[in-house]
Amino acid sequence: MMREADVLIVGGGGAGCSAALHLARRGARVILLERGLVGGQASGVNYGGVRQQGRHPAQLPLARRSREIWGRMRALIGTDAEFDPCGHLKLARSADEEADLLRWNTMAAAHGLAPRMIGRNAIRAEHPWLSEQVVAGSLMEEDGAANPRLLAPALARAARDAGAELREDHRVASLAHDGLRFLLDANGTRFAAPMLLNCAGFWAGEIAAQFGEPVPVEALHPNMLVTEPLPYFCRHNLGVVGGDLYLRQIPRGNVIFGGGRGSGDADAMRTRPSADAAFAAMQRAVALIPRLAAAMVIRSWTGTDGQMPDSQPVLGPSRTTPGLIHAFGFSGHGFMLGPAVGAVLSELVLDGRTDIPLEAFDIARFTRQDAPADDIWKLRL
Amino acid sequence: MTLSDRRGAASPQAAGGPARLRVAVVGAGPAGVRAVEQLRRAGVEPCWMDEAPDGGGRIYQRPPPGFARGHRALYGADAKRARALHAALDALKPRVDWRPETLVWNIRPQDRALDIQRRGGRDEVHYDALILCTGAMDRVIPIPGWTLPGVATLGGAQIALKAQGVAIGARPVFVGTGPLLWLAALQYARAGAPPALVLDTTPFMTKLMASAGLLWNLPVFLRGLRYMAALRTSGVRVAEDATPLAIEGDATVTALRWRDAGWREHVTPCDAVALGWGLKPEAQLADLAGVPFGFDAIGQNWVPQHDAAGRTPLRGIYLAGDGAGIGGAEVAELSGTRAALALLEDHGLGFDHALRAHLDGRLRTEARFRAALERAFPWPRRLARSMSDETLLCRCEAITAGELRAAAQHGAPEVNRAKALSRIGMGRCQGRVCGASAAEVLAETLGVPVVEVGRLRSQMPVKPIPMGPPQ
Repeated sequence: MMREADVLIVGGGGAGCSAALHLARRGARVILLERGLVGGQASGVNYGGVRQQGRHPAQLPLARRSREIWGRMRALIGTDAEFDPCGHLKLARSADEEADLLRWNTMAAAHGLAPRMIGRNAIRAEHPWLSEQVVAGSLMEEDGAANPRLLAPALARAARDAGAELREDHRVASLAHDGLRFLLDANGTRFAAPMLLNCAGFWAGEIAAQFGEPVPVEALHPNMLVTEPLPYFCRHNLGVVGGDLYLRQIPRGNVIFGGGRGSGDADAMRTRPSADAAFAAMQRAVALIPRLAAAMVIRSWTGTDGQMPDSQPVLGPSRTTPGLIHAFGFSGHGFMLGPAVGAVLSELVLDGRTDIPLEAFDIARFTRQDAPADDIWKLRL
Repeated sequence: MTLSDRRGAASPQAAGGPARLRVAVVGAGPAGVRAVEQLRRAGVEPCWMDEAPDGGGRIYQRPPPGFARGHRALYGADAKRARALHAALDALKPRVDWRPETLVWNIRPQDRALDIQRRGGRDEVHYDALILCTGAMDRVIPIPGWTLPGVATLGGAQIALKAQGVAIGARPVFVGTGPLLWLAALQYARAGAPPALVLDTTPFMTKLMASAGLLWNLPVFLRGLRYMAALRTSGVRVAEDATPLAIEGDATVTALRWRDAGWREHVTPCDAVALGWGLKPEAQLADLAGVPFGFDAIGQNWVPQHDAAGRTPLRGIYLAGDGAGIGGAEVAELSGTRAALALLEDHGLGFDHALRAHLDGRLRTEARFRAALERAFPWPRRLARSMSDETLLCRCEAITAGELRAAAQHGAPEVNRAKALSRIGMGRCQGRVCGASAAEVLAETLGVPVVEVGRLRSQMPVKPIPMGPPQ
């Protein structure tokens, strides 16, 4: 049996589902193949940050575009996935880290963002529950958080309503390009289309390799934890310079936080949180917010994302195969970008271009002979 | 090379003899006690952990130090078994690495390590072989009002009586099905808190039909019949084939509203309610270890896979007692011994062959008895499935049955996705309490058999652990 479409998408995370939605809304015939359930991996198990704060400058145009979509998510797909623009407060725990915040704020201002620096006395006055560790903070008021478990399924529903065909429990058994079309086999059905979007997260590396452009993508398993509900004290989404702890309190009182890495088996399908990483994250959280010492952790979880060596995604056309476009390797910070990535992919497919600069995300960067320039922003991610 | 070295080489795990084999046993109920007893006999000195301050498990839970009631008063007809188990427990404690008040909250099978928490401190235990005797808990079906103060599980009501010497109320109502319903109600009647009502959701005929199978354990069957007769003749009101509708009250329980087999509604005033429909295995550690699970259609429980001796498909991990599948206290003792024999055999250590043959025979007979017992007191699926939309299903996250049904409509083909969309089972108890009923509600909404919606995956920590203080 053969199913034909204009565009095939492999991978039902935030990027793939968003692409399906935008393409279908513009009239393209779309079939998305997801091996499990939509949003089952990186898109669904992450922390849920909707953050421009602290991003690499190369990602800011994409992040700004996505933030704009987040702001009208309910109108777009019928739910806001619990998006709450509660502000993202990034904390410095030393003078060096404070200098980092200032440097980023200056850069971000040139991109039209308006982060607010909060000094030592003011931050203590505004957030008396922070420990003496904290010396300063930078607040991005328009940033926030959402519920990652809801986004991809909601995008998928909206895409289906717009006419896209999303097939869950469809593992791609083989894929090829016959010169004109991509031919994919899944669950005994052959799917064909002139365009293929590779949105398969960590597993996208296999697909890229199959088309002659292997990439150094590694499995990334975020280590996430949640406490029982606590009296409400923390309005903002919190991060720290260096990124080894991120923490927020949801309105019902639970504190969700993450830090460190879990582990997974060879094909990254079976993952488990790490007890050591969990304890290290708990220790860092208690050091930052002493009142958490009395809190009980009720659950932890992880999943699989794709990590690139430079922590930049691969986003843009293939250099080997016409019609193939990659979108993967978001390296632990793709949840917020998903909505815009889908929009950009739809533009690349239907218009052949996008206004969002994608040079930094070019798949060819891994095969260039010239040594990459030192990137002063890299460690900040 | 000495003779013993050569022997060690033939079975590498036993290199250095039994004293060097690191065995961890989790749980000191009937299964754990008998497993450790057998290990000790073979010269193995296990690390033995239990969450409680003392062993005995829930079934033979001991009162705190200083309480004066004797075994007869505490355990009734089980006094002899309880006394024997406690004696074995006390004799073993000084001869092993005994660690009470220890929560095993995670297992790392690749490292052969357990993460434990004891009095706020973190530690880990490394093992070559592991016996999990993690027990069971009550299976409940939420009914309106079930979160009111004064509502307990049947097991909780029984433990209050036997471990603390207190009743959950002066005039309680007992609701559910299973041997524990009748036993706990009788114990309350004898302790001076006669139940206002015993509501068994199972029709009398269902029990009668299963009685042939119950002959596989005649003494227990006869004892059960005696309990039921004693309760009926003590003047306690008994309703069979009845349906609980709601627990009523504002600040605390004041009445149970229910419907009898003839569809007539009643309101029975009471000051407490005990609920329970059989037991479910506490098998989170087996799950985290990676032991595959299967659905037991007779008991209507997900159970970790193991052979008749307690071996899981994972080398070095053994299961015994109710945590391996509900069998009751007697079976727990047998299966604990049996799992220890399997462990000794697999690691090249000496064991009692005659005892093994005896246990295998007993366990086969007991399995037939248990199957009949489950048929006599079936899980009332329809009660869970007919839960009203307004009923609070997940009490930790305050999620109603209606919210779960809405999530199912949004695309939740199995319970973990339903949890992700609705938060059901996401709270403090991690779905231990509501999981079985949630699966029924989801299956009913989707129109599929309950086995198809699967089971909630376990995540560490198995139970909540404190974050601090800084170490």
